[in-house]
Amino acid sequence: MSAKDLQHPLKRARGLGSAQSGVGHWWNERVTSVALVALGVWFVVLVLRLMHADYAAAHALMARPWNAVLMICFLLVTFWHTALGLQVVIEDYVHTRWKEVSLLMLVKFFAVLGALASVLAVLRIVLGA
Amino acid sequence: MADTRRPLSPHLQVYKWQVQMLTSILHRATGIALAVGTAVIVWGVIALAAGADAYAQFAACAGSPLGLIALFGWTWAFNYHLCNGIRHLVQDAGLGYEIPQFVRASWLSIIGSVVLTLLVWGYVLSVGGVA
Repeated sequence: MSAKDLQHPLKRARGLGSAQSGVGHWWNERVTSVALVALGVWFVVLVLRLMHADYAAAHALMARPWNAVLMICFLLVTFWHTALGLQVVIEDYVHTRWKEVSLLMLVKFFAVLGALASVLAVLRIVLGA
Repeated sequence: MADTRRPLSPHLQVYKWQVQMLTSILHRATGIALAVGTAVIVWGVIALAAGADAYAQFAACAGSPLGLIALFGWTWAFNYHLCNGIRHLVQDAGLGYEIPQFVRASWLSIIGSVVLTLLVWGYVLSVGGVA
């Protein structure tokens, strides 16, 4: 800061530093990871049960209400957790600003697209449309 | 290339190798691999919703040699991210920061992930493989 600058240091700092959202990101990543410990293990067990099922049996298994609900939970939490995790990787390693921002956007777009597409698929299975 | 000239943080080459480095790097690597794997999950659910033909196509790809290698890799990546993620949650709670505990927990993540993967695929083989 130059000696001639009469602005208060606090005035200069406001709005430039941390956006105060880091804790929210960190906490959301932890909450989703705790949920995924349970949902992830459930998903692996489901896949093992689907493995030997023919199409009709696999469809019927996924269409069970609890399986459908847990599958939708698993998908939403997975894409949320994935977007949060990839965000940190990109922020850590991509140091060219336009590439960083573009990748951050792409990750969010694909996460929302994947979540919506797969949840719609589960709804089609369970509602039989 | 980076638009900054300052030295950037992971100076991997200056550190003496220790297991905590491996667990940290693997956590990121498996996280990225699992992110790619979500595309396969989306494909599988959409195929199941789309009908018997689409599902048969998906199942054939998943059951092909390349598909099986990917599934085996996915299983290990998932199990590793699970074990090491639990280790991170425990540490986030403020536990296990003594160096010997830290090293032991790191090895536990690695060994646990291998054991879980063998259990899953042992089960797969015991019920007659993937066919």
